[in-house]
Parts: sequence; C-alpha cells; structure tokens
Amino acid sequence: MSQSVETLNQLRRQAVELRLAGTTVKETAERTGLSAPTVTAATKAYREGGWEAVPVGPRGRPRSPGSDDAANAGQHQAEAPEIAPAQQQYELPEFTIDPARRTHLERLEAESLHIMREVVAEADKPVMLYSVGKDSAVMLHLARKAFYPAPPPFPLLHVDTTWKFQAMYAFRDSIVDDYGMELIRHVNPEGLRQGVNPFTHGSALHTDIMKTEGLKQALNEHKFDIAFGGARRDEEKSRAKERVFSFRSAEHRWEPKAQRPELWNLYNARKRRDESIRVFPLSNWTELDIWQYIHRENIPIVPLYYAAQRPIVHRDGAMIMVDDDRMPLNPGEVPEMRSVRFRTLGCYPLTGAVDSTATTLPEIIQEMLLARSSERQGRMIDHDAAASMEKKKQEGYF
Amino acid sequence: MSANIKDTGLQTAGMQDESDRLIAGDINAYLERHEHKSLLRFITCGSVDDGKSTLIGRLLYESKVLFEDQLETVAAESKKFGTQGSNIDFALLVDGLSAEREQGITIDVAYRFFSTDRRKFIVADTPGHEQYTRNMVTGASSADAAVILCDARAGLLTQTRRHSYLVSLLGIRHVVLAVNKMDLMRWDESVFNAIYEEYSEFAHGLGIESITAIPMSALEGDNVTAPSTNMPWYRGTTLLGLLETLKLDDEAANDSPFRMPVQWVNRPNLDFRGYAGTVSAGIVKPGDDIRVQPSGRTSKIARIVTMDGDKDEARAGDAVTLTLADEIDASRGDVISTSEEPAGSADQFETTIVWMHDDPMLAGRPYLLKLGTQTVTATVTSIKHEVNVNTLEETAARQLELNSIGICNLKTDRVIPFEAYTDNKGLGGFILIDRITNATVGAGMLRFALRRADNIHMQAVDVDKTARATMKGQKPCVVWFTGLSGSGKSTIANIVEKKLAALGHHTYLLDGDNVRHGLNKDLGFTDADRVENIRRIGEVASLMADSGLIVLTAFISPFRSERALARSLVAEGEFIETFVETPLSVAEERDPKGLYKKARRGELKNFTGIDSPYEAPESPEILVDTGALSAEQAAERIVSELRKAGMLEALAASE
Ligand SMILES: Nc1nc2c(ncn2[C@@H]2O[C@H](COP(=O)(O)OP(=O)(O)OP(=O)(O)O)[C@@H](O)[C@H]2O)c(=O)[nH]1
Ligand SMILES: [Mg+2]
Repeated sequence: MSQSVETLNQLRRQAVELRLAGTTVKETAERTGLSAPTVTAATKAYREGGWEAVPVGPRGRPRSPGSDDAANAGQHQAEAPEIAPAQQQYELPEFTIDPARRTHLERLEAESLHIMREVVAEADKPVMLYSVGKDSAVMLHLARKAFYPAPPPFPLLHVDTTWKFQAMYAFRDSIVDDYGMELIRHVNPEGLRQGVNPFTHGSALHTDIMKTEGLKQALNEHKFDIAFGGARRDEEKSRAKERVFSFRSAEHRWEPKAQRPELWNLYNARKRRDESIRVFPLSNWTELDIWQYIHRENIPIVPLYYAAQRPIVHRDGAMIMVDDDRMPLNPGEVPEMRSVRFRTLGCYPLTGAVDSTATTLPEIIQEMLLARSSERQGRMIDHDAAASMEKKKQEGYF
Repeated sequence: MSANIKDTGLQTAGMQDESDRLIAGDINAYLERHEHKSLLRFITCGSVDDGKSTLIGRLLYESKVLFEDQLETVAAESKKFGTQGSNIDFALLVDGLSAEREQGITIDVAYRFFSTDRRKFIVADTPGHEQYTRNMVTGASSADAAVILCDARAGLLTQTRRHSYLVSLLGIRHVVLAVNKMDLMRWDESVFNAIYEEYSEFAHGLGIESITAIPMSALEGDNVTAPSTNMPWYRGTTLLGLLETLKLDDEAANDSPFRMPVQWVNRPNLDFRGYAGTVSAGIVKPGDDIRVQPSGRTSKIARIVTMDGDKDEARAGDAVTLTLADEIDASRGDVISTSEEPAGSADQFETTIVWMHDDPMLAGRPYLLKLGTQTVTATVTSIKHEVNVNTLEETAARQLELNSIGICNLKTDRVIPFEAYTDNKGLGGFILIDRITNATVGAGMLRFALRRADNIHMQAVDVDKTARATMKGQKPCVVWFTGLSGSGKSTIANIVEKKLAALGHHTYLLDGDNVRHGLNKDLGFTDADRVENIRRIGEVASLMADSGLIVLTAFISPFRSERALARSLVAEGEFIETFVETPLSVAEERDPKGLYKKARRGELKNFTGIDSPYEAPESPEILVDTGALSAEQAAERIVSELRKAGMLEALAASE
C-alpha cells in the first residue's frame, strides 16, 4: 500500500485535529487509517513546532526492502534517513538563550550540592580533603552553599608535604580564618623524621610517602569514614572510570574491576567498620567548568594561578619556581625572572610553570582554551605520575 | 607525531569554528555563549567489540578536546596494545584501566566530555560484555540518548537487544542505531537496510520515542562528524549532527506536580529549621501549600533559602533549602509535595528489577531499598516472571540470576511516598543493597502500587501483646537457635523448654518435626526454598510472640540474611539469636542421623557445611560452645541469660 505524500500529510493534519478535539489515539488511528505511533508522532510534531511541523517531506532514498508504508514516516526516522544533504543538518536554528533554563553550570552545582548532602546525611564522620588548589576552592565554596545557613558540618584535612608553595600556606590560613572552618593539618611524621623530599627521594617516592601514606594515616587516626576529594573525571583516564562514591577497603584500596553500580542520583554509602568511601562531588566538572564557575561566583584562589614575575629555573624541560632556599641550585645557576603562572598547584619543586601574561580570569581561560592543540607545559612532571594513576589509586592515593 | 593518525581531512567544519573565533577575539562573548549551551548526556552501548570505544575516541579526537601529549601517549600505546597495526587505536583513548588495555575490552563505564558550538556533551562509554551489564546500566541511568552500535558483519546480537531493552526500561527517549564497520561490508546499502529492518521490528515492542539509524565507520570516521563519501546512497545526517539537534526535554519535569525528597534537616540554631533537598519534579514558590509525606501533615512554604539569597521559585533539579510556615516535623526520607496533588504512598508494588549480582535474587530474602532519600527494608514477595531479552517473552522464574530482568512484587517494611518511574524517575527508581555485604545488588523501577496504603487501617485491638504477656508473667521473645546439623540445637532447645515450663512459663518450640511436615511440607532444600522456609518460620514465631509466648526455634538457618529477616519481624530486643557452636568436624563425627555420611557420598545435595555454606552469627545474643558444655549445662546457661535479659519477669504494667 502506498500513499502519496500529499494524502499522507492531509491525514496527519486530520489526526492532529482529532487529537486536539479530545479523540483518543486509538480512535484517531482508526478514523484516519494511520498507525497509532504516527498519530502520536504527528501530534508531537504539532506540539513542538505548530502546524508547519506536521507534514513530512518526500523521501529521498529508495524504499528499503519490506519497509512499512509511508504513513509511518517520521515515527522511525531511520526509515527515511533525511533527504536533506548532510551539510544542511548544520544549518541549525538561531542560538538563543532562555533565561529560565538552568545552565550547565547551575546543573553541575546542584548535582554537587546533592552529593555533599547525601554524604553528610549518611556518614558517621565525614571530612573534606583540602589541597588549597582551584578544585578545592570550588569544592569548599559548594560545601558552604550546600549547608547554608549552617557552616559545612565537617572539618577540612590538608595532607601537607611541607613542600607546597609559601603562597599556598598563606592562602590556606586566611581562607580557614575567613570561613571559620576547622582545619586538620597532617604531615606524615615518619617521612618528616626521615627528611623525605622531592630532590633526594624523587617525585614518586616523595608522593607515595608524604601524600598517599600521609592521607591513609590521617584518615585512620581520625576514623573518618567518608572523605570528599576534588578529583574530576576529565583529568585522567582512570579517573574517568571512577564512581562518584568510590568504595575503599579497610586497607584503602580501590578495586577498579569491582565498582558498585551507581544509578541515577542514588548513592550507596553503606560500608562496614574500617571500610571507607571517597566521594568526588566534582566528578562531572571539566577544567573549563571550574574556571568559569570561579569567575561567575568570584571564588578566591591562590594568586599563583595568575601571571606575575617569578624566579624560575629550568629542570627537565619544566620551569620550576625557586620558592624558598631549600631548592638546591646547580653551580652558577641564577634564577631568571619571568612572567609565568601555574595551571595546577602541588609541591613547588614538582610543579611546572607556563609562560603567561594572563592576569584576569577571562585571560586565563582564553589561554587555556587556545592551548588545547599545543603542549601542556605545566604537566611535564605530572607525566610519569599520570601513567600510573590507576596503580596509585589502588594503593590508596586519592 | 610518531604514529600515523589517519587523516580524515578533519572535516569538522562547523564544530568549533565559531568558538575558535570567539575565543581569540572576544573571550567574554565566548564564555557567555558557552555557559548557555544545552547539555546532552548520552551513552554508547551494544555488543562486545562493536566499536563503541573506538567511536567515542573518534568523537573526542575530532572535536579537538585532546591535547597533543595525550595523542602522543595514545599513539605509543596503540603500537603496544592496539588492534590497528601502526595506526591509532581510538578505543585506547577511552579504555583507561590497565586490564581493559591488556584485554582490549571495556570493563567499566568511562565518562568523557566535549563540546561543539551549540552543545556540551557528557558521554558514557559503556561495556558490551554481558558480564559487565551492571556498568552499562550505571551509565545509562543518567543518559538522555543512547547510541546503540551494531557490527555490520554480525547484525543484531543478544547484547544489542539486551541493551536496547534496558535503554527503554530506563526511559531513554532517543536511540541512534549506529550500523558500524560499514568499511568491512563494502559500504553496502542493503546490509544497512537489512539490519535496520530487523531492528525496527524488534524495537517496535519497546516503545522508544525516536530511533534513527546511521551507517558508519567509527574507525575511518565515516558519518561520525563528517558525511561519508563512501556511502553516497546515505543522505542523512552524521552522528554528531544528530546529537547536536536532538530535542532535549530537560525542562519537562517542571510541568509535573512539585516533589522534593528531604535529604537533610538543617538546624544551625533554634531559630532556623530548613529542609535541604533536590527538587525532583515541579516548581515551588513561597506561599505554596505543601504536604509532608508519609505523615500527611500540611503547611506552606515560607522561604526558599540559598547562599545567594532567598529565591522566589525553585524548579526541578535545583538543590535548595525550604523552610515551612509551621513547626511540623519532617525528616530525611520524607517527601514534601504540593498539597493538592501529593505523591502516592504504599508498601506493596509491582516493579521491574534488573539483577546485578553473582548471588541470585531470592524471593523472601530481605534487602535494603534506597529510593529518593529513604532507605527501607524490602522483600520480593513474588517473581511474576522473567523477561527474555531476545524475544521479550515472559518466562516463569524462581530466582533472578545476574543480569536478568524480572517483573517482581515487592513489599517494604513501611509505607513510603513514591511515584511510578515513568512519571518521576526520582521517586520511582530504586537500588537494592545487600544487608550483609552492603553491595549494590539490584536496580529497579516502580511500576505501580499493588495496594494503596491510604486504604489500609490496621485493626486496632484492645487486648494487645502487652496485655497477653502480662497475664503470663513473662516478656514475649523468640529464642532463635542456629548451628550446624548435629550441633545439638534441638536437644538443648528441648531442655530449655522443660526448664522454662518448670518455672511456670508458657513456651512453644518450633522445629523440623512440627514445621517441615505441615506448614512447610511443600518446600525442598534449594537456596530459594530455604529462604522461604525461614521466612515462614519467622512469621509464625512473630505471631506467637505477639500472643505473649516465649518461642524457641531450632533450625540450622545457615544464612545471615534470613536470620536478619526473622529478627526484623519481631520487636526490638525480642529476638535472641542463640548460636550453638560446634566445629564441623565434631558435628560430622556425631552425625546422629547419618546425614553427613550421605552428603559426603553425594546422596544429599545442598547439605549445610558440606556443599552449602554456614554463615556463623557475627554477634549472637547468646553463644554456647558445645565442645566445652554438656547439653544440660548449655541449657542452664541459656535460661540464666534469659533471666538476666529480663525475659522471665512480667512486663511493667504501665508500658
Ligand atoms: N574495520 C573497522 N573496525 C572497527 C570499526 N570500529 C571499531 N573497529 C574495531 O573493532 C574492535 C573493537 O573496537 P572497540 O571500540 O574496542 O569495541 P567496543 O564496542 O568498545 O568493545 P567493548 O567495550 O569491549 O564491548 C577494535 O579492533 C576496533 O579497531 C570500524 O568502523 N571498522
Ligand atoms: Mg569499549
């Protein structure tokens, strides 16, 4: 049975009229001879695009063998992959802004608030890991929103290596003061006694002892059962695989092959004694989202993120800032003053700077976006760490 | 670049052009625009090796979100693990776990992010392997659209159908059927048509709103972001073009009646009591009349509090804190609804359950159920049928195995506010959690309530448990003996009963002799039957305790979760788990009925301790070690423990 497109469209219009007059789908289908899905499709088209949207166009490719009759075109669109040449698909409607519609930042914010409240409602003793960086800044800001007007009902935990930038310590102390948060600072006493440092022990061992071990010590010592972390899925490929509520064994191990299913916004926060959960409220944020949110919300961040003249030496292809006199200089080496900034902040001897003149957030964002096809200079040291991130996470690193 | 990235001409014209211009020229304009892009969450799914990860890798590559160092890494890795010779294996961009790279398959879902001039995308690349279906479901639960891949050489497979069915169950409205690897089928139109026809027929029964089919080569990039020159017969849109224009209904939930599950009660001081939560449907404004469910108390919204100041409305998806005009009580798990049209409340439902654990789901076994912000105990009362994912036929089932989907009746231990999943995912979707391991073992969707709670009124009886127990000068309780066969449960329980009778107490002993031959004579010894056996005994014991008796039960009751179920049926403090501890070797040596020998010879199946586990109690109220005590001494111990616990005194009359 084959109908002309003309007849079909008449029937479709008639079907919409019947539906608008209150006729049931079934009856409309019987009266027009169209299938029920077509009636629904035509009505839907009307609701979305008015009368103009109701008719379907002629079909552009030969009928597929045994296909249904043309009356059902528009239901399964695939039956008639559109006739328009593909390029025309890019002629999109005007880009409009609907002020009532929630933006993706607003959605991300709401999702993070929801996650944080779930934790506080279900944890025995939650804590927020605070690394002083931009992600921590956003996470803390979100926590203040989630529990407002109460202050966030948990302390901050800074697992310190003693090798952070001086500006980070100053910033941390002022923020904690301003917001009236309780801060627990933990340094691995073992590492401290052995004088572990990035220069003589290398980045891997330093990170393992001062960060991974230090973190586990602090969590055990205070019996924290759920810890917030600021990691994002866009950072690294094994993080892209991690759940929002990431379950850890009594030994703090992550078992990537046996993660709990995690559906909708239902998070399973149950665990036995000694087991714990790491929770990542920023899982679905990207680096751009973070910057844009900092901009929108006016969130204070460590000044090192902005470009300024800083004393720099070159190490293994990276620019390292001479932040204090613990930095061993090679014979004859004189730090050079250079306009640089940092994309991520960690231990100063392990964090590479990038050349920059960006002194405002939009300029930072601009540099970040334009840098996408060039090398990310600041990540040089992260590099070997990134390859083994999955392994480090299994061992209990965040 | 060290490896050969196939140049597809990078015909990504339009994807980012406008953005690139703005970023360089007017960053503020770019940011303004970027902030207002709509967000589409989608998944790739389908059978193993159909090319899902390759497709996502391709999309990421062509949308230029990859940094050069990432490309170099993947180029190097492609040589090591890749399936594409010296070319880039795009799947490696997404398969981020070492086990995945070694085996060349996806195990768990990866979330990746990219954007075009128009839209932001969050894509979840899900595993095709049946073993990891739960991870596919995880990714699908939050998706607006699904790209279902199908290898043009293989056509539709069981997993293609299973995933399609799951996609429809989860309520994903838009499906793209990507007929992939067309390069291996000489770009033949009839291959595409045949698969599409077969799929349409299958999908017809699923009720998916829109299905679009696209012939594709994820590997070569045909019809991914640029139209294929190899398939001039296809004049439809590319995958990205389609994803950019799919109609989003992210605002649709605003048209439903207002609901907000209370997540957390915010009480910073005596003057402020706020209810924090995420609006799951509808719009709410100060002054609106609301009802707190399940209590039914009514009030008005006073304020919508946020750190950015009070709001004059909150919409679906907003995370807010509401204050009410009256001092009424609401706590976590309650739902604040519009008062004219509140959510339903019930304690029995018909549901669809997707089972996600190696241990099968058993009817009668209690699980924790989390729905919205409430966690309750739930028991599947019956499995109506299982769904065959290939044919969508219904088949009878006694239990649900890993990855099966079933229609089940479910009972919660209290009345909960809810909505059908198709009306409101936030109040109709739930997960099931194992009470012992805490694993998430299942996910489900409420279809409808079997019996509205509004209509049930518990018969209020004047002669209550207290009255009955007082007459007997005892506290009712259930002394639940558990232990291996031959540990001495029945012997000890008999002596305990005699001693209690001698003290003038009214008792009843339930054991194999009086239960297996009557009430439970229809049950065998499979795991499912054992669960049902214990459930019935628990219910009977609970009724007897209600009548004021001291009930003794003597069953092996090997599973912790069943004992937990029995415990949950009686009032707090009335369940006295009594572990008769005997090493297996000792019990086997005693073997009073010769059962161990039979089991060892393989004549008895599912015998506890031999080929079926005994899960010892973790913290029983009473433990007697029959290695150290005679049966008489053990009984004496138990009676004295009961006395200590106050069971042998009259209830305080005032209670
Ligand atoms: N010739 C050809 N090969 C392809 C195409 N798409 C994917 N492949 C190859 O198919 C194999 C499997 O691809 P994957 O992307 O890992 O498949 P998958 O669907 O993600 O597999 P699982 O996630 O494990 O279910 C790889 O060797 C790919 O290179 C295609 O369009 N054409
Ligand atoms: Mg894959």
